[in-house]
Amino acid sequence: MKKMSLYVTLTIGALISLFPFYWAFIGATNESGKLFSKQLSFVPGTKLVENVTNLNESIGIGRVLFNSLFVSLTYTIFSLLICTMAAYAFAKFEFKGRDTIFAIFLLSMMIPYHATVIPLFKMMAAFGWLNTYKALILPNLAYPFAIFLMRQNMLAFPNALIEAARIDGAGEWRIFFRVVLPSMKPALAATAIFLFMYQWNSFLWPLIAVSSTDMYTFPVALSSLFGLSRIDYGQVMAGVTLATVPIIIFFLSLQRHFISGMLGSAVK
Amino acid sequence: MKKHVWRKKIVPYIFIAPSVIFFSIFMLYPIGYSFVMSFQTSVGGEMTFNGLENYRRLFNDAIFLKALKNTFIILAVQVPIMLFLALILAVLLHSSLLKWKAMFRVSFFLPAVTSLVAYSIIFSIMLMNDGLMNQLLEWIGIGSIPWLSHPFWAKVSLILAMTWRWVGYNMVIYLAALQNISEDLYEAASIDGASKVRQFFSITIPQLKPVILFTAILSTIGTLQLFDEPYTLTKGGPSDETLTIGMYLYQTGFRYFDFGYASTIAYVIVVLIAILSFIQFKVSGDER
Repeated sequence: MKKMSLYVTLTIGALISLFPFYWAFIGATNESGKLFSKQLSFVPGTKLVENVTNLNESIGIGRVLFNSLFVSLTYTIFSLLICTMAAYAFAKFEFKGRDTIFAIFLLSMMIPYHATVIPLFKMMAAFGWLNTYKALILPNLAYPFAIFLMRQNMLAFPNALIEAARIDGAGEWRIFFRVVLPSMKPALAATAIFLFMYQWNSFLWPLIAVSSTDMYTFPVALSSLFGLSRIDYGQVMAGVTLATVPIIIFFLSLQRHFISGMLGSAVK
Repeated sequence: MKKHVWRKKIVPYIFIAPSVIFFSIFMLYPIGYSFVMSFQTSVGGEMTFNGLENYRRLFNDAIFLKALKNTFIILAVQVPIMLFLALILAVLLHSSLLKWKAMFRVSFFLPAVTSLVAYSIIFSIMLMNDGLMNQLLEWIGIGSIPWLSHPFWAKVSLILAMTWRWVGYNMVIYLAALQNISEDLYEAASIDGASKVRQFFSITIPQLKPVILFTAILSTIGTLQLFDEPYTLTKGGPSDETLTIGMYLYQTGFRYFDFGYASTIAYVIVVLIAILSFIQFKVSGDER
């Protein structure tokens, strides 16, 4: 009996968690008014193609999707590389200033993003980088939380293996890429998800850094649709669905690593 | 031997160099620069120093004070509700008898994966006057609620949406922490006849205290910066009732291009985060 109520509670919770996604899908496959009609309909309709076509006319999905994907993937790869390198040094070397530098990284997580946005905007304007991919990718490459996450995971890596590789004559880069990183796959996957999600979902900075529509990222384009005086809800929900599906696929394919990566680090 | 020394001395700096360089250019420099700007004002396109004038103006600015109040109301209501729900869910999911754990975990976490703009749009469509929520409420006989156009309900809408999005995220953090609590504690308590509820309050919560503190601080920082949701869901309305400090900063900076004053607002957020984190540390430290 107790077990029964446990399952009922969790199932209701799970349904509440998942329902809005389903509702967006319902909206994406029906005509605009259906979401507000008196006869509630929870069945997918047949208007998906039409809605996506309209959406494409409004914001140019191909372009916007490409922008978001290109920016997020490039960002994830480079950020993962430089953050992991730093994490390795923090975890496995002793050097002057190590603790101070690490502390500064950690403390910066307490600084609201807003405090950097205005100078960043002025900087990008001065470099002529507004409305470029550079403006979207560069600013947060050194992401303190990613450094922290990787460092926590690397602390557990046995020093003896690194020393053994050194005695065998392996260079430092070789040790890093061939000895240390291969055993860090779950942590790398977890950090990659964090970085990708962070960039894919990021809104405030792209809203500021990008003003020409063909440089819009998906969230900015969606928001611009939603701000119009006459809103085509079918179109908007098609957009929401399209913006959500890639990130869900990305998450689901890596989620096992993600959870174990989080178990290994976030709360140590 | 010499090579060894060289390695140990120089190599770590090579590894941290890219991060430190990017961090200094795009984080440290802007933080410093916006601090300077918080004492400046724009006169004919030139930034000139005007001492504490911006700060004085801020505390006589009715809109800012309203945004401050709104942000604190959301903080005080939403964060405790969310963390408590997350804790309950984590404890339920941690139960060893449960099947389909992974499936539940993923379902609860999924909202935390979506973009803030996307979920805010879904919620605003569900909460519109003739939207799904009101139709359901009418159907069960409660009648419709002016979710987005009433000062009180607009805040409730924001809180509902934020709770939906972040509970699972915190739940995963708590789940991770629960695995570190020794089963022996619970066994001993069971033998002594402590009920599950009693065990939750006497073992689980005290054991998780550092993690609860961690999530409370993260959520506080997040709420003080709140921007995407009110921007999309309520546009700060009705009549600035859901305007947050983060949104006011954006408006000041990028609608009125008053960079100096916007930087002052940013620094008020910095100070508030510092103070609140300090208080949270103190409170949880003293009870130990």
